[in-house]
Amino acid sequence: MARTLINVPKTAKRGQVIEIKTLISHPMETGFRPDRSGKLVPRDIINKFVCTYNDVEVFRADLHPAIAANPFISFSTVATESGTLAFTWTDDAGKIYAEKANIVVE
Amino acid sequence: MTDRTHSSRTSRRRFLAGAGALAGGLGLALRIRPADATPEAMAEAIKQVVGQAKLQQGKIKLELPPLVENGNTVPLTVSVESPMTEAAHVRRIHLFNEKNPQPYVATFHLGPRSGRSSVSARLRLADSQHVVAIAELSDGSLWTTRVHVVVTIAACLEEIG
Repeated sequence: MARTLINVPKTAKRGQVIEIKTLISHPMETGFRPDRSGKLVPRDIINKFVCTYNDVEVFRADLHPAIAANPFISFSTVATESGTLAFTWTDDAGKIYAEKANIVVE
Repeated sequence: MTDRTHSSRTSRRRFLAGAGALAGGLGLALRIRPADATPEAMAEAIKQVVGQAKLQQGKIKLELPPLVENGNTVPLTVSVESPMTEAAHVRRIHLFNEKNPQPYVATFHLGPRSGRSSVSARLRLADSQHVVAIAELSDGSLWTTRVHVVVTIAACLEEIG
């Protein structure tokens, strides 16, 4: 399981714009890199990232090999209500890495 | 080195093949800055993603270091002037590059619930080049900007240990 790092404020005021930072450990193998024997290493990247806020999608990213290894993405959303922010990263093999964070909105 | 040789060969071939079509007005991005032509592969990719609509300069800001030592991880922040309301917001932000093996970098999907249209990420750059950002607004208008980055150590070239 890939390691993830997520930074979401624990509490926020209603209507406040909060910044969310996410990182997942992943090689983001481009498919353009030769190994020692000269053969290209097959592509293996996270190609999709989705953030939902109480099951409503608030941010999505389509990623390509030009994104650095261990993809870091920072974005913002409006703190509308207390609940759960869910994050999913999907790789080329269709494997999904998921993480959650809770937020209390006053 | 293989992929770089390959990509330059491809772009030369494609350039020759596409030259006529380009002259016919295929690449809109090319016409905006005729003095400093964008490589054809990127123009083609942009056309595929956003279509033939007019790209306007302004509203979007792309922050990248002008000089990076290591192309393997280059921090980038892209932001768009927008109230981010239901009536007027940024739908998508596309990022492209000129000289990596592929012109695509990322597409970010935003909406009124984003609150602020600012996204940061880290990218790879295989060479010194322009990075292009295009914002798609809720009214359908497209805004673009680009930044030139000098890279001293390119990404994609290291061997696997």
